[in-house]
Amino acid sequence: MREEMRPVLLTVNGRSVEVAEGTTVAAAVLISGAPTRRSVSGEARAPLCGMGICFECRVAIDGRPHQRSCQIVCAAGMDVRTL
Amino acid sequence: MFDHPSAGVVAAEKGNERLELRYGKLILATGARELFLPFPGWTLPGICGAGGLDAMARGGLPVSGKRVVVAGTGPLLLAVAAHVAARGAKVVAICEQAPLRSLIQFAGRMLGQPAKLAQGIRYRWAVRAPMYFGCWPVEARGDGALEKVTLRTRLRRWTVTCDFLACGFHLVPNTELAQLIGCRIEDGLVAVDEMQRTSVENVLCAGEPTGIGGVEMAVIEGQIAGLAAAGALNEAGKFVPRRRKMLGFVRALREAFVLDPELRRLASDATIVCRCEDVVYGDLRRYSGWRDAKLQTRCGMGPCQGRICGAAAEFLFGWCVEGVRPPAFPVLVASLATASTVSEEVQEGS
Ligand SMILES: Cc1cc2nc3c(=O)[nH]c(=O)nc-3n(C[C@H](O)[C@H](O)[C@H](O)COP(=O)(O)OP(=O)(O)OC[C@H]3O[C@@H](n4cnc5c(N)ncnc54)[C@H](O)[C@@H]3O)c2cc1C
Ligand code: FES
Repeated sequence: MREEMRPVLLTVNGRSVEVAEGTTVAAAVLISGAPTRRSVSGEARAPLCGMGICFECRVAIDGRPHQRSCQIVCAAGMDVRTL
Repeated sequence: MFDHPSAGVVAAEKGNERLELRYGKLILATGARELFLPFPGWTLPGICGAGGLDAMARGGLPVSGKRVVVAGTGPLLLAVAAHVAARGAKVVAICEQAPLRSLIQFAGRMLGQPAKLAQGIRYRWAVRAPMYFGCWPVEARGDGALEKVTLRTRLRRWTVTCDFLACGFHLVPNTELAQLIGCRIEDGLVAVDEMQRTSVENVLCAGEPTGIGGVEMAVIEGQIAGLAAAGALNEAGKFVPRRRKMLGFVRALREAFVLDPELRRLASDATIVCRCEDVVYGDLRRYSGWRDAKLQTRCGMGPCQGRICGAAAEFLFGWCVEGVRPPAFPVLVASLATASTVSEEVQEGS
Protein backbone atom coordinates (compact mmCIF):
# COMPACT_ATOMS: atom_id res chain seq x y z
CA MET A 1 0.00 0.00 0.00
CA ARG A 2 2.99 2.23 -0.28
CA GLU A 3 2.33 5.51 -2.03
CA GLU A 4 3.96 5.81 -5.38
CA MET A 5 7.37 7.32 -4.83
CA ARG A 6 7.79 10.76 -6.27
CA PRO A 7 11.48 11.40 -6.08
CA VAL A 8 13.01 14.60 -4.77
CA LEU A 9 16.60 15.28 -5.68
CA LEU A 10 18.87 17.14 -3.30
CA THR A 11 22.53 17.15 -2.34
CA VAL A 12 24.15 16.16 0.93
CA ASN A 13 27.75 17.37 1.19
CA GLY A 14 27.72 17.82 -2.57
CA ARG A 15 26.58 14.27 -3.32
CA SER A 16 23.18 13.77 -4.97
CA VAL A 17 20.59 11.92 -2.95
CA GLU A 18 17.18 10.91 -4.22
CA VAL A 19 14.40 10.53 -1.67
CA ALA A 20 10.65 10.06 -1.67
CA GLU A 21 8.48 13.13 -1.37
CA GLY A 22 7.82 13.98 2.27
CA THR A 23 11.16 12.64 3.50
CA THR A 24 12.78 14.69 6.25
CA VAL A 25 16.24 16.15 5.73
CA ALA A 26 17.42 14.04 8.70
CA ALA A 27 16.39 10.86 6.88
CA ALA A 28 18.08 12.07 3.68
CA VAL A 29 21.32 12.66 5.57
CA LEU A 30 21.17 9.16 7.09
CA ILE A 31 20.39 7.67 3.66
CA SER A 32 23.50 9.43 2.30
CA GLY A 33 25.48 7.64 4.99
CA ALA A 34 26.81 10.79 6.68
CA PRO A 35 26.51 11.57 10.39
CA THR A 36 24.63 14.82 10.99
CA ARG A 37 27.36 16.48 13.04
CA ARG A 38 30.57 16.12 15.03
CA SER A 39 30.33 16.73 18.76
CA VAL A 40 32.67 19.15 20.57
CA SER A 41 35.02 16.24 21.26
CA GLY A 42 34.82 15.00 17.67
CA GLU A 43 32.33 12.13 17.92
CA ALA A 44 30.06 11.42 14.97
CA ARG A 45 26.43 12.03 15.90
CA ALA A 46 23.09 11.23 14.34
CA PRO A 47 19.49 12.18 15.19
CA LEU A 48 18.34 11.10 18.65
CA CYS A 49 14.83 12.35 19.40
CA GLY A 50 13.32 12.81 15.94
CA MET A 51 11.09 15.50 17.37
CA GLY A 52 12.98 18.76 17.45
CA ILE A 53 14.32 18.63 20.99
CA CYS A 54 17.85 17.23 21.11
CA PHE A 55 19.50 19.26 18.31
CA GLU A 56 21.72 16.29 17.35
CA CYS A 57 20.33 16.50 13.82
CA ARG A 58 21.40 20.03 13.09
CA VAL A 59 22.90 20.70 9.68
CA ALA A 60 23.32 23.64 7.32
CA ILE A 61 20.62 23.91 4.67
CA ASP A 62 21.18 26.27 1.73
CA GLY A 63 23.77 28.11 3.77
CA ARG A 64 21.65 28.53 6.90
CA PRO A 65 23.45 26.79 9.76
CA HIS A 66 21.99 24.93 12.77
CA GLN A 67 18.77 23.73 11.15
CA ARG A 68 17.04 20.86 12.92
CA SER A 69 16.86 18.47 10.00
CA CYS A 70 14.31 16.14 11.64
CA GLN A 71 11.75 18.93 11.44
CA ILE A 72 12.34 19.94 7.83
CA VAL A 73 11.05 18.16 4.74
CA CYS A 74 13.34 17.81 1.72
CA ALA A 75 12.80 20.15 -1.20
CA ALA A 76 14.19 19.74 -4.69
CA GLY A 77 17.65 21.22 -5.10
CA MET A 78 18.33 21.66 -1.38
CA ASP A 79 22.01 21.94 -0.50
CA VAL A 80 22.57 20.16 2.81
CA ARG A 81 25.91 20.28 4.62
CA THR A 82 26.79 18.28 7.71
CA LEU A 83 29.60 18.71 10.29
CA MET B 1 6.99 29.94 21.63
CA PHE B 2 9.87 30.83 23.88
CA ASP B 3 9.11 33.70 26.22
CA HIS B 4 6.39 35.44 28.19
CA PRO B 5 7.65 39.02 28.35
CA SER B 6 4.57 40.31 30.19
CA ALA B 7 1.09 39.23 31.23
CA GLY B 8 -1.05 38.62 28.16
CA VAL B 9 1.86 38.44 25.73
CA VAL B 10 3.95 35.54 24.48
CA ALA B 11 6.98 35.73 22.23
CA ALA B 12 7.33 33.26 19.39
CA GLU B 13 9.63 32.72 16.46
CA LYS B 14 8.39 31.96 12.96
CA GLY B 15 11.06 31.45 10.33
CA ASN B 16 13.39 34.34 10.97
CA GLU B 17 10.74 36.51 12.51
CA ARG B 18 10.03 37.24 16.12
CA LEU B 19 6.34 37.54 16.87
CA GLU B 20 4.68 38.98 19.93
CA LEU B 21 1.30 37.40 20.33
CA ARG B 22 -1.29 39.04 22.55
CA TYR B 23 -3.81 36.74 24.17
CA GLY B 24 -6.96 36.90 26.23
CA LYS B 25 -6.70 33.22 27.08
CA LEU B 26 -3.69 31.00 26.56
CA ILE B 27 -3.83 27.21 26.34
CA LEU B 28 -0.50 25.49 26.78
CA ALA B 29 -0.35 22.11 25.03
CA THR B 30 3.39 21.55 24.82
CA GLY B 31 3.31 17.74 25.06
CA ALA B 32 6.12 15.58 26.39
CA ARG B 33 9.52 14.35 25.29
CA GLU B 34 11.25 11.02 25.76
CA LEU B 35 13.54 10.41 28.69
CA PHE B 36 16.99 9.24 27.62
CA LEU B 37 19.34 7.61 30.09
CA PRO B 38 23.05 7.56 29.34
CA PHE B 39 24.92 4.24 29.12
CA PRO B 40 28.32 3.46 27.63
CA GLY B 41 28.15 3.95 23.86
CA TRP B 42 24.73 5.60 23.74
CA THR B 43 25.94 8.49 21.59
CA LEU B 44 26.77 6.22 18.63
CA PRO B 45 24.86 6.90 15.40
CA GLY B 46 22.18 4.21 15.11
CA ILE B 47 20.98 4.76 18.68
CA CYS B 48 17.95 6.95 19.00
CA GLY B 49 14.75 7.31 20.96
CA ALA B 50 11.98 4.74 20.70
CA GLY B 51 9.53 7.40 19.60
CA GLY B 52 12.53 8.88 17.82
CA LEU B 53 12.98 5.91 15.49
CA ASP B 54 9.25 5.80 14.89
CA ALA B 55 9.24 9.48 13.94
CA MET B 56 12.25 9.08 11.67
CA ALA B 57 10.79 6.03 9.95
CA ARG B 58 7.63 8.02 9.31
CA GLY B 59 9.90 10.78 8.03
CA GLY B 60 11.29 8.50 5.35
CA LEU B 61 14.19 6.71 7.03
CA PRO B 62 14.25 3.23 5.47
CA VAL B 63 14.15 0.53 8.14
CA SER B 64 13.24 -2.39 5.89
CA GLY B 65 15.54 -5.33 6.55
CA LYS B 66 17.28 -3.49 9.41
CA ARG B 67 17.86 -5.24 12.70
CA VAL B 68 16.26 -3.21 15.45
CA VAL B 69 16.39 -3.53 19.25
CA VAL B 70 13.63 -1.62 21.03
CA ALA B 71 14.38 -0.83 24.66
CA GLY B 72 13.44 1.39 27.58
CA THR B 73 10.07 1.44 29.24
CA GLY B 74 6.38 2.09 28.72
CA PRO B 75 3.63 1.11 26.29
CA LEU B 76 5.37 3.09 23.56
CA LEU B 77 7.92 0.28 23.11
CA LEU B 78 5.34 -2.16 21.74
CA ALA B 79 3.83 0.50 19.51
CA VAL B 80 7.22 1.40 18.07
CA ALA B 81 8.20 -2.24 17.57
CA ALA B 82 4.93 -2.89 15.72
CA HIS B 83 5.27 0.22 13.58
CA VAL B 84 8.83 -0.46 12.44
CA ALA B 85 8.07 -4.15 11.91
CA ALA B 86 5.20 -3.08 9.65
CA ARG B 87 7.78 -1.15 7.64
CA GLY B 88 9.84 -4.28 7.18
CA ALA B 89 12.31 -3.97 10.06
CA LYS B 90 13.49 -7.12 11.80
CA VAL B 91 12.87 -6.43 15.49
CA VAL B 92 15.35 -8.67 17.31
CA ALA B 93 14.40 -7.85 20.91
CA ILE B 94 12.03 -5.72 22.95
CA CYS B 95 13.55 -4.87 26.31
CA GLU B 96 11.25 -3.50 29.01
CA GLN B 97 13.03 -2.35 32.16
CA ALA B 98 9.98 -2.96 34.35
CA PRO B 99 9.62 -6.45 35.82
CA LEU B 100 7.01 -8.83 34.41
CA ARG B 101 4.92 -8.62 37.57
CA SER B 102 4.42 -4.86 37.10
CA LEU B 103 3.22 -5.49 33.57
CA ILE B 104 0.79 -8.18 34.73
CA GLN B 105 -0.60 -5.80 37.34
CA PHE B 106 -0.82 -3.08 34.72
CA ALA B 107 -2.71 -5.37 32.34
CA GLY B 108 -5.08 -6.23 35.21
CA ARG B 109 -5.82 -2.56 35.79
CA MET B 110 -6.36 -2.12 32.07
CA LEU B 111 -9.32 -4.52 32.11
CA GLY B 112 -11.42 -1.41 32.67
CA GLN B 113 -9.98 0.04 29.44
CA PRO B 114 -10.50 -2.85 27.02
CA ALA B 115 -9.71 -0.80 23.92
CA LYS B 116 -6.25 0.07 25.22
CA LEU B 117 -5.60 -3.48 26.37
CA ALA B 118 -6.67 -4.85 22.98
CA GLN B 119 -4.35 -2.41 21.22
CA GLY B 120 -1.43 -3.54 23.36
CA ILE B 121 -2.17 -7.17 22.57
CA ARG B 122 -2.46 -6.41 18.85
CA TYR B 123 0.90 -4.68 18.89
CA ARG B 124 2.49 -7.61 20.73
CA TRP B 125 1.08 -10.07 18.22
CA ALA B 126 2.30 -8.04 15.29
CA VAL B 127 5.92 -8.51 16.34
CA ARG B 128 7.62 -11.88 16.48
CA ALA B 129 10.55 -10.66 18.55
CA PRO B 130 11.14 -11.94 22.06
CA MET B 131 10.21 -9.50 24.81
CA TYR B 132 12.32 -9.37 27.95
CA PHE B 133 11.36 -7.82 31.28
CA GLY B 134 13.66 -6.27 33.83
CA CYS B 135 15.95 -5.90 30.82
CA TRP B 136 17.94 -2.97 29.42
CA PRO B 137 21.02 -2.18 27.33
CA VAL B 138 24.23 -1.82 29.33
CA GLU B 139 26.66 -1.08 26.53
CA ALA B 140 26.68 -0.30 22.83
CA ARG B 141 29.66 -0.69 20.55
CA GLY B 142 30.54 0.05 16.98
CA ASP B 143 33.16 1.67 14.82
CA GLY B 144 31.64 5.08 14.01
CA ALA B 145 28.12 3.64 14.17
CA LEU B 146 26.20 1.08 16.20
CA GLU B 147 27.09 -2.56 15.58
CA LYS B 148 26.39 -4.41 18.82
CA VAL B 149 24.46 -3.89 21.99
CA THR B 150 24.84 -5.78 25.24
CA LEU B 151 21.60 -6.43 27.10
CA ARG B 152 21.06 -7.55 30.67
CA THR B 153 18.41 -9.08 32.82
CA ARG B 154 18.81 -10.12 36.42
CA LEU B 155 19.95 -13.54 35.25
CA ARG B 156 22.16 -12.97 32.26
CA ARG B 157 23.99 -10.68 29.88
CA TRP B 158 24.20 -11.17 26.16
CA THR B 159 25.16 -9.27 23.05
CA VAL B 160 23.15 -8.85 19.87
CA THR B 161 24.12 -7.28 16.57
CA CYS B 162 21.80 -4.61 15.28
CA ASP B 163 21.55 -1.57 13.03
CA PHE B 164 19.30 0.49 15.30
CA LEU B 165 18.73 0.64 19.02
CA ALA B 166 15.49 2.53 19.69
CA CYS B 167 15.66 3.35 23.37
CA GLY B 168 13.46 5.64 25.45
CA PHE B 169 12.59 5.52 29.14
CA HIS B 170 9.06 6.84 28.84
CA LEU B 171 8.13 10.50 28.76
CA VAL B 172 8.98 13.75 30.51
CA PRO B 173 6.30 16.45 30.35
CA ASN B 174 7.39 19.69 28.67
CA THR B 175 6.67 22.13 31.48
CA GLU B 176 9.29 24.79 30.63
CA LEU B 177 6.91 27.29 29.08
CA ALA B 178 4.41 26.87 31.92
CA GLN B 179 7.23 27.36 34.45
CA LEU B 180 8.35 30.49 32.69
CA ILE B 181 4.83 31.89 32.86
CA GLY B 182 4.80 31.11 36.57
CA CYS B 183 2.28 28.26 36.61
CA ARG B 184 2.44 26.12 39.72
CA ILE B 185 4.19 22.80 39.13
CA GLU B 186 3.35 19.82 41.35
CA ASP B 187 5.28 16.60 41.20
CA GLY B 188 6.78 17.58 37.85
CA LEU B 189 3.39 18.33 36.29
CA VAL B 190 1.53 21.56 35.58
CA ALA B 191 -1.14 21.83 38.26
CA VAL B 192 -4.63 22.41 36.83
CA ASP B 193 -8.20 22.42 38.16
CA GLU B 194 -11.08 20.48 36.59
CA MET B 195 -11.41 23.14 33.89
CA GLN B 196 -7.71 22.78 32.99
CA ARG B 197 -6.96 26.21 34.47
CA THR B 198 -3.45 26.68 35.81
CA SER B 199 -2.56 28.79 38.85
CA VAL B 200 -1.99 31.77 36.52
CA GLU B 201 -5.07 33.69 35.45
CA ASN B 202 -6.16 33.16 31.83
CA VAL B 203 -3.58 30.43 31.26
CA LEU B 204 -4.87 26.89 30.76
CA CYS B 205 -2.97 23.70 30.08
CA ALA B 206 -3.97 20.46 28.36
CA GLY B 207 -2.34 17.18 27.42
CA GLU B 208 0.89 15.60 28.60
CA PRO B 209 2.22 18.54 30.70
CA THR B 210 -0.60 17.84 33.18
CA GLY B 211 0.04 14.07 33.24
CA ILE B 212 1.15 11.34 30.84
CA GLY B 213 -2.05 9.63 29.73
CA GLY B 214 -1.95 9.05 25.99
CA VAL B 215 -3.70 10.65 23.10
CA GLU B 216 -7.30 10.04 24.19
CA MET B 217 -6.75 11.83 27.48
CA ALA B 218 -4.96 14.70 25.75
CA VAL B 219 -7.88 15.18 23.38
CA ILE B 220 -10.42 15.23 26.23
CA GLU B 221 -8.32 17.77 28.10
CA GLY B 222 -8.00 19.86 24.95
CA GLN B 223 -11.79 19.89 24.60
CA ILE B 224 -12.26 20.94 28.22
CA ALA B 225 -9.61 23.63 27.95
CA GLY B 226 -11.00 24.98 24.67
CA LEU B 227 -14.55 25.19 25.96
CA ALA B 228 -13.46 26.60 29.31
CA ALA B 229 -11.32 29.24 27.59
CA ALA B 230 -14.34 30.23 25.50
CA GLY B 231 -16.40 30.60 28.67
CA ALA B 232 -18.58 27.53 27.99
CA LEU B 233 -18.01 26.05 31.44
CA ASN B 234 -21.18 23.95 31.41
CA GLU B 235 -20.24 22.36 28.10
CA ALA B 236 -16.70 21.77 29.34
CA GLY B 237 -18.08 20.17 32.48
CA LYS B 238 -19.61 17.37 30.39
CA PHE B 239 -16.12 16.06 29.59
CA VAL B 240 -14.91 16.19 33.18
CA PRO B 241 -16.21 12.76 34.27
CA ARG B 242 -14.46 11.14 31.27
CA ARG B 243 -11.25 12.82 32.22
CA ARG B 244 -11.61 11.76 35.83
CA LYS B 245 -12.06 8.17 34.72
CA MET B 246 -8.84 8.33 32.75
CA LEU B 247 -6.82 9.59 35.70
CA GLY B 248 -6.72 5.96 36.83
CA PHE B 249 -4.82 5.13 33.65
CA VAL B 250 -2.35 7.94 34.28
CA ARG B 251 -1.69 6.58 37.75
CA ALA B 252 -1.43 2.98 36.53
CA LEU B 253 1.14 4.04 33.91
CA ARG B 254 3.22 5.89 36.47
CA GLU B 255 3.23 2.96 38.86
CA ALA B 256 3.83 0.18 36.34
CA PHE B 257 6.74 1.79 34.55
CA VAL B 258 8.56 3.32 37.49
CA LEU B 259 12.30 3.23 36.77
CA ASP B 260 14.44 0.56 38.41
CA PRO B 261 17.00 2.31 40.69
CA GLU B 262 19.64 0.00 39.17
CA LEU B 263 19.43 2.14 36.03
CA ARG B 264 21.26 4.87 37.96
CA ARG B 265 24.37 2.74 37.68
CA LEU B 266 24.23 2.43 33.90
CA ALA B 267 26.66 5.25 33.15
CA SER B 268 30.36 4.86 33.84
CA ASP B 269 32.67 7.80 34.59
CA ALA B 270 33.56 8.15 30.91
CA THR B 271 29.95 8.09 29.67
CA ILE B 272 28.76 11.33 28.11
CA VAL B 273 25.68 12.71 29.85
CA CYS B 274 25.39 16.12 28.16
CA ARG B 275 25.56 15.44 24.44
CA CYS B 276 25.70 19.10 23.45
CA GLU B 277 28.84 19.87 25.47
CA ASP B 278 30.22 16.33 25.86
CA VAL B 279 30.21 16.44 29.66
CA VAL B 280 30.83 13.01 31.16
CA TYR B 281 29.25 11.35 34.18
CA GLY B 282 32.53 11.37 36.14
CA ASP B 283 32.71 15.17 35.88
CA LEU B 284 29.14 15.64 36.99
CA ARG B 285 28.97 13.37 39.99
CA ARG B 286 31.40 15.61 41.86
CA TYR B 287 28.81 18.36 42.15
CA SER B 288 26.01 18.63 44.63
CA GLY B 289 23.38 20.12 42.36
CA TRP B 290 22.37 21.11 38.86
CA ARG B 291 23.24 24.80 39.16
CA ASP B 292 26.73 24.09 40.37
CA ALA B 293 27.34 21.41 37.77
CA LYS B 294 26.03 23.65 35.03
CA LEU B 295 28.25 26.59 35.94
CA GLN B 296 31.38 24.46 36.30
CA THR B 297 30.99 22.02 33.41
CA ARG B 298 28.63 23.73 30.90
CA CYS B 299 26.32 20.75 31.25
CA GLY B 300 22.91 21.77 29.93
CA MET B 301 24.25 24.98 28.36
CA GLY B 302 24.20 23.76 24.76
CA PRO B 303 21.48 24.10 22.15
CA CYS B 304 19.09 21.61 23.79
CA GLN B 305 19.19 23.75 26.94
CA GLY B 306 19.34 20.72 29.20
CA ARG B 307 16.20 19.14 27.78
CA ILE B 308 18.02 15.84 27.35
CA CYS B 309 20.68 15.86 30.09
CA GLY B 310 18.57 17.77 32.65
CA ALA B 311 15.94 15.06 32.83
CA ALA B 312 18.68 12.41 32.96
CA ALA B 313 20.45 14.29 35.78
CA GLU B 314 17.23 14.48 37.76
CA PHE B 315 17.03 10.72 37.68
CA LEU B 316 20.75 9.94 38.01
CA PHE B 317 21.59 12.35 40.82
CA GLY B 318 18.19 13.30 42.21
CA TRP B 319 18.93 16.92 41.31
CA CYS B 320 16.18 19.43 41.00
CA VAL B 321 16.61 20.90 37.53
CA GLU B 322 14.75 24.16 38.00
CA GLY B 323 15.08 27.78 37.13
CA VAL B 324 13.84 28.11 33.58
CA ARG B 325 14.90 31.38 32.04
CA PRO B 326 13.92 32.65 28.65
CA PRO B 327 14.26 31.47 25.99
CA ALA B 328 12.20 28.41 26.94
CA PHE B 329 13.06 27.12 23.51
CA PRO B 330 16.29 27.77 21.60
CA VAL B 331 15.85 30.61 19.14
CA LEU B 332 17.93 32.83 16.91
CA VAL B 333 19.91 35.40 18.84
CA ALA B 334 18.26 38.02 16.65
CA SER B 335 14.87 37.04 18.04
CA LEU B 336 16.01 37.84 21.54
CA ALA B 337 17.56 41.13 20.55
CA THR B 338 15.07 42.64 18.14
CA ALA B 339 11.94 44.39 19.23
CA SER B 340 8.71 42.84 18.08
CA THR B 341 8.13 43.04 14.38
CA VAL B 342 4.62 41.71 14.25
CA SER B 343 1.79 41.67 16.70
CA GLU B 344 -1.19 39.42 16.36
CA GLU B 345 -4.35 38.84 18.35
CA VAL B 346 -4.71 35.19 19.17
CA GLN B 347 -6.96 33.13 21.35
CA GLU B 348 -4.70 30.21 21.98
CA GLY B 349 -1.31 28.81 21.28
CA SER B 350 0.90 26.00 22.36
C1 LIG C 1 5.71 6.89 18.51
C2 LIG C 1 4.57 7.22 19.42
C3 LIG C 1 3.47 6.34 19.45
C4 LIG C 1 2.40 6.62 20.28
N1 LIG C 1 1.35 5.74 20.30
C5 LIG C 1 0.29 6.00 21.09
C6 LIG C 1 -0.82 5.12 21.10
O1 LIG C 1 -0.83 4.11 20.40
N2 LIG C 1 -1.87 5.41 21.92
C7 LIG C 1 -1.88 6.54 22.72
O2 LIG C 1 -2.85 6.76 23.45
N3 LIG C 1 -0.82 7.38 22.73
C8 LIG C 1 0.25 7.16 21.93
N4 LIG C 1 1.32 8.02 21.95
C9 LIG C 1 1.27 9.19 22.83
C10 LIG C 1 0.51 10.32 22.20
O3 LIG C 1 1.17 10.70 21.02
C11 LIG C 1 0.46 11.48 23.17
O4 LIG C 1 -0.18 11.06 24.34
C12 LIG C 1 -0.31 12.68 22.62
O5 LIG C 1 0.21 13.08 21.38
C13 LIG C 1 -0.20 13.83 23.60
O6 LIG C 1 -0.79 14.99 23.07
P1 LIG C 1 -0.33 16.42 23.51
O7 LIG C 1 -1.24 17.36 22.81
O8 LIG C 1 -0.24 16.49 24.98
O9 LIG C 1 1.17 16.59 22.99
P2 LIG C 1 1.82 16.46 21.51
O10 LIG C 1 0.91 15.72 20.59
O11 LIG C 1 3.18 15.97 21.75
O12 LIG C 1 1.87 17.96 21.03
C14 LIG C 1 2.69 18.96 21.63
C15 LIG C 1 3.06 19.99 20.57
O13 LIG C 1 3.57 21.17 21.18
C16 LIG C 1 4.68 21.62 20.45
N5 LIG C 1 5.51 22.44 21.34
C17 LIG C 1 6.19 22.06 22.46
N6 LIG C 1 6.81 23.11 23.02
C18 LIG C 1 6.53 24.19 22.25
C19 LIG C 1 6.90 25.56 22.32
N7 LIG C 1 7.66 26.04 23.29
N8 LIG C 1 6.44 26.38 21.35
C20 LIG C 1 5.65 25.91 20.32
N9 LIG C 1 5.26 24.61 20.22
C21 LIG C 1 5.71 23.76 21.18
C22 LIG C 1 5.35 20.36 19.97
O14 LIG C 1 6.16 20.63 18.85
C23 LIG C 1 4.14 19.49 19.62
O15 LIG C 1 3.73 19.71 18.30
C24 LIG C 1 2.40 7.78 21.12
C25 LIG C 1 3.49 8.64 21.09
C26 LIG C 1 4.57 8.39 20.26
C27 LIG C 1 5.74 9.34 20.25
S1 FES D 1 16.67 14.55 16.11
FE1 FES D 1 16.46 15.63 17.95
S2 FES D 1 16.15 17.64 17.24
FE2 FES D 1 16.15 16.52 15.41
